[in-house]
Amino acid sequence: MIAYLFIFLGLVFIFFGTLGIIRFPDIYTRLQTSSKCDAAGAIALLVGLIVREGLDSLSLKILIILVFLLLTNPVASHAIARSAAIRGIKPWRKKKKC
Amino acid sequence: MTAVTIIITVLGITASLALYRVIFGPTPWDRLIAVNLISSKVVMIMVAAAVLFERRIYLDVALVYAIIGFVSIIAISKFLEGEDTDRK
Repeated sequence: MIAYLFIFLGLVFIFFGTLGIIRFPDIYTRLQTSSKCDAAGAIALLVGLIVREGLDSLSLKILIILVFLLLTNPVASHAIARSAAIRGIKPWRKKKKC
Repeated sequence: MTAVTIIITVLGITASLALYRVIFGPTPWDRLIAVNLISSKVVMIMVAAAVLFERRIYLDVALVYAIIGFVSIIAISKFLEGEDTDRK
């Protein structure tokens, strides 16, 4: 039951992260929702699979993959944002009515 | 239809939705963000397939795919950064 709760939470995070990728107007906002989708969604989904499998060598390997994703996803997001900022991409602003 | 099958189906559908941003993205960084997302989802699909089919070898494939995706994202973002602008 706890496993299915974690899996449902991860799928909800992943679905709304993908929706944000499609709908948001700017690089930085898209990067923010993509980072949430990678970190929170992947961690919740893999924790759910670990709890569903029980203590095993398979769940230990899933734990290694989870730690690796937890370490590398923020680094990749920061590298993309730094590259866009150095090349001079301005953040999006709402157009004023005049 | 077990729970793991539902996981794989939802992940596949959302990965193909993110493919829209790869094709129509206005700048290269949008495409890079979407490729990063699809790579992370493929890793999750492989872990779910390893649980579904009881094959341990898929987990090794997922780990190597995650490492290659991380290195390629770092390399492409450093390439898009251009010349050394902060080292003058």
